[in-house]
Amino acid sequence: MEFGFTTAAYVVAAVLFILSLGGLSGQESAKRAVWYGIAGMALAVFATLIGPGSGLWLLSVILIAAGGIVGMYVAKKVEMTEMPQLVAAMHSLVGLAAVFVGYNAHFTMRSVAGGGEPHGVFAELVAHKAPVELSILQVELFLGVFIGAITFTGSVVAYGKLAGKLSSKAEKLPGGHMLNIAAAVISVICLLWYMGSGGFFPLLLMTLAALFIGYHLIMGIGGADMPVVVSMLNSYSGWAAAAIGFSLGNDLLIVVGALVGSSGAILSYIMCKAMNRSFVSVILGGFGGTSGPAMEVEGEQIAIDADGVASALDEADSVVIVPGYGMAVAQAQQNVAELTRRLRAKGKEVRFAIHPVAGRLPGHMNVLLAEAKVPYDIVLEMDEINDDFPSTDVVIVIGSNDIVNPAAQEDPNSPIAGMPVLEVWKAKQVFVSKRGQGTGYSGIENPLFYKDNTRMFYGDAKASLAELLGRIS
Amino acid sequence: MTNVKIGTPKELAHGENRVAMTPDSARALHKLGHECLVESGAGAAAGFADAAYEAAGVTVVDSAEVLYAQADVIAKVQPPSDAEVDRLGQGKTLISFFWPAANEALMQRAADTGASVIAMDMVPRISRAQKMDALSSMANIAGYRAVIEAGSNFGRFFTGQVTAAGKVPPAKVLIVGAGVAGLAAIGTSTSLGAITYAFDVRPEVAEQVESMGAEFVYLDFEEDQADGAATGGYASVSSPEFREAQLAKFRELAPEVDIVITTALIPNREAPELWTPDMVAAMKPGSVIVDLAAERGGNCKMTVKDEKIVTDNGVTIVGYTDFPSRMATQSSTLYATNIRHMMTDLTPDKDGVVNHNMDDDVIRGATIAHGGDVTWPPPPPKTKAIAAQKPKEKAPELTPEEKRAAETAAFKAQTKTQVTLLAVGGALLLAVGLVAPASFMQHFVVFVLSVFIGFQVIWGVAHSLHTPLMAVTNAISSIIILGALMQIGSGNWIVIVLAALSVFMTGINIFGGFMVTRRMLAMFQKS
Repeated sequence: MEFGFTTAAYVVAAVLFILSLGGLSGQESAKRAVWYGIAGMALAVFATLIGPGSGLWLLSVILIAAGGIVGMYVAKKVEMTEMPQLVAAMHSLVGLAAVFVGYNAHFTMRSVAGGGEPHGVFAELVAHKAPVELSILQVELFLGVFIGAITFTGSVVAYGKLAGKLSSKAEKLPGGHMLNIAAAVISVICLLWYMGSGGFFPLLLMTLAALFIGYHLIMGIGGADMPVVVSMLNSYSGWAAAAIGFSLGNDLLIVVGALVGSSGAILSYIMCKAMNRSFVSVILGGFGGTSGPAMEVEGEQIAIDADGVASALDEADSVVIVPGYGMAVAQAQQNVAELTRRLRAKGKEVRFAIHPVAGRLPGHMNVLLAEAKVPYDIVLEMDEINDDFPSTDVVIVIGSNDIVNPAAQEDPNSPIAGMPVLEVWKAKQVFVSKRGQGTGYSGIENPLFYKDNTRMFYGDAKASLAELLGRIS
Repeated sequence: MTNVKIGTPKELAHGENRVAMTPDSARALHKLGHECLVESGAGAAAGFADAAYEAAGVTVVDSAEVLYAQADVIAKVQPPSDAEVDRLGQGKTLISFFWPAANEALMQRAADTGASVIAMDMVPRISRAQKMDALSSMANIAGYRAVIEAGSNFGRFFTGQVTAAGKVPPAKVLIVGAGVAGLAAIGTSTSLGAITYAFDVRPEVAEQVESMGAEFVYLDFEEDQADGAATGGYASVSSPEFREAQLAKFRELAPEVDIVITTALIPNREAPELWTPDMVAAMKPGSVIVDLAAERGGNCKMTVKDEKIVTDNGVTIVGYTDFPSRMATQSSTLYATNIRHMMTDLTPDKDGVVNHNMDDDVIRGATIAHGGDVTWPPPPPKTKAIAAQKPKEKAPELTPEEKRAAETAAFKAQTKTQVTLLAVGGALLLAVGLVAPASFMQHFVVFVLSVFIGFQVIWGVAHSLHTPLMAVTNAISSIIILGALMQIGSGNWIVIVLAALSVFMTGINIFGGFMVTRRMLAMFQKS
């Protein structure tokens, strides 16, 4: 067992992981960056297998291979529109693994404390610890299990919501956040109890409390806030790994856990900023209180058929398409891409405007459009394109609502007041592809639909676009 | 003071067809409480018969002498002749074009008579005075007429056509100087169907040019181009380098264009030479140049004032200076309306009493003689002619010192926040270090550094790659597999089962996460 080699391999792996994340700064370098990540992971696992993790290594290899087959199968099969739920599901696995590993650490510690023969590297490590270090170890694994458990149920619920297996509405049990607080208090008590007794029961009780927090917290958050939730869970899974790394005394776990944790935290921050809401208000669910009645919306929604849209597109020189979650639901990205290709072939300027929280996952729309082979250099961020709307002839809004709501700027009483939005209403003409006259996730009336230059193109986005494609050669 | 009589004599200048009062403007003047007089035949050349004036309640008088004797305000178009000036006197007001800079002696002579003289060409260029800006209304007509004149001397269609008898290419028109006349010419030219290019030394007019449907000709020139705001919206003299770049561009365009209309004038200077003889030589036979600057020497020095010439290579150069007069009905209507607006400002109470308010920016600016004194040039107006050009994209050029100061300030602020953060973070770290054992601190330092690196690295991730980022972080967060691998060798069966499960789950995650990331990234394609 050459531990010097393991440590060296860990350092290399850590560097590779950092390069892997850093490489995601551009589309081209990202393709290389994944390989850094894969190499890092392979190196880390290999070094562990021949080093400190060599016990039962054959079983390990078989299990990894089995898991790998399942993982590859899922990764191959998954639709790009299902990416949010896949990511959520994967977070739950990390969470659960963190709980198990935490438990194992506890059992090993007990058996060593009980005078048992230390089996394996970790047990030897524990056996050499001073009492103070042991209590720190207890706190660390307690934290790891706690965060892991929250991540697990939270991700399962998020998966259910994103996959449509659970209602995407914000639901809370009677008692609301008091229940969460109670569960948190129980966890703290358990920690003190655990520090004192060192028994398994407080650990188990805390796990149950944490599982409940994860479940109830995410149940209380609605579908459109899922980008924040998923990135938050991403962050948690990182912190759980870091906490476990502390308890196992493994620096690579700490490094990677910290990287993932901060990455998720930054993503959550970016998402919250894009919605002009504080992290706390998103997590606690629901929109902040309004200070007065919402502005009355005047006018009526005027419908238009595919012919009308086609002739307007025919005359337009510049077109901006604003996709939203509705495009993902209707699986309309291929038709959108085809429309883009035909319009571009006619020499028209077609661009995409992506709001940071469009969809259910950070960057969700980008991935869908990329899948449909829309070149990424015509897919622009909100800040890049917002100034161009006044000079745009036609804007097509496909399945987005709140992110193009002018009330965010015009009505200080609107629940979404101050949220940065795509200023599509400044374009000469706006077509909104939408299933019906309902309001968006937030239940807010959208004055855009009533504007003089807006026409409603009702129907399922995929079917509507197919109809439109039939009229554009 | 009784009601003021406004009189318009017949223009004496040769070829001048315009008249300063029309029946319509006379009706409006009546409403201000004024009486109107007109010399018999004054409007004939512009298409306004004496009868039409009479029908509008205007007194038609037989001779200029009678008119000058009876009228208190004389409204005319061209600057007065010496004889006309001599007919003025105390209490009379003359309103006309005057060109005081060129006619100083005449101005002195007019001032000596004690009369007030309002020069329509001196109306300041402020929003409020636009309604009496006769230069603009005349320039508008000149611009329109220049295109028409060019068209009548040009042997082809303006618009491209595909006819049974063959294909006709559209005419290419270059308009130099996008002032009022230039813009009017652009409008006329584009609506006739020609491909229209326009150039101006003031880059801020590019938007106006493009809004009229023409293409703005940009120079490959780095220096800040002149900001027209400082000179009251007029062009100013440009640097020699700029001029070179401009001429080079024109030279490039000369063989292509069919019609060139130059309108470049700088106030109180000879017209700049913009279309050199070699450019004329490079033009195709049958091409037309209309030089609206002919009055002041022309933008093309081959231009002959008031004449139309044809060069050796068959290029027609039109140097007429009387375009407004050639459309006398239209120009008289507009000019008379400008005069009426001037009278409206002069009679604020609409009671037929002229109040020559020298505190009013517009009236003060246009008045060149008052109370026996020459009052030209006027003091700078209190209101700036037009708003200063908005800085484009970046803030106005800072001086190096200002820049350095701003940088230093930003640097200091940054240093301050960073030092604060470091101090707080360091203090926390020290506090932890006081109680925690060394083995913990070792890991803790690694942890803090990793968080730090994570924050540094993740900020750089492209927005569009956030989903792949999540998938990658997901895959690598499965590093927890190391923990499970280390535990799986333990003797305890619960530990083995739990560790085995963990290994299996994280295995799914590692492969699934990386695979799906690769799939996604492979989809991102450049167009």
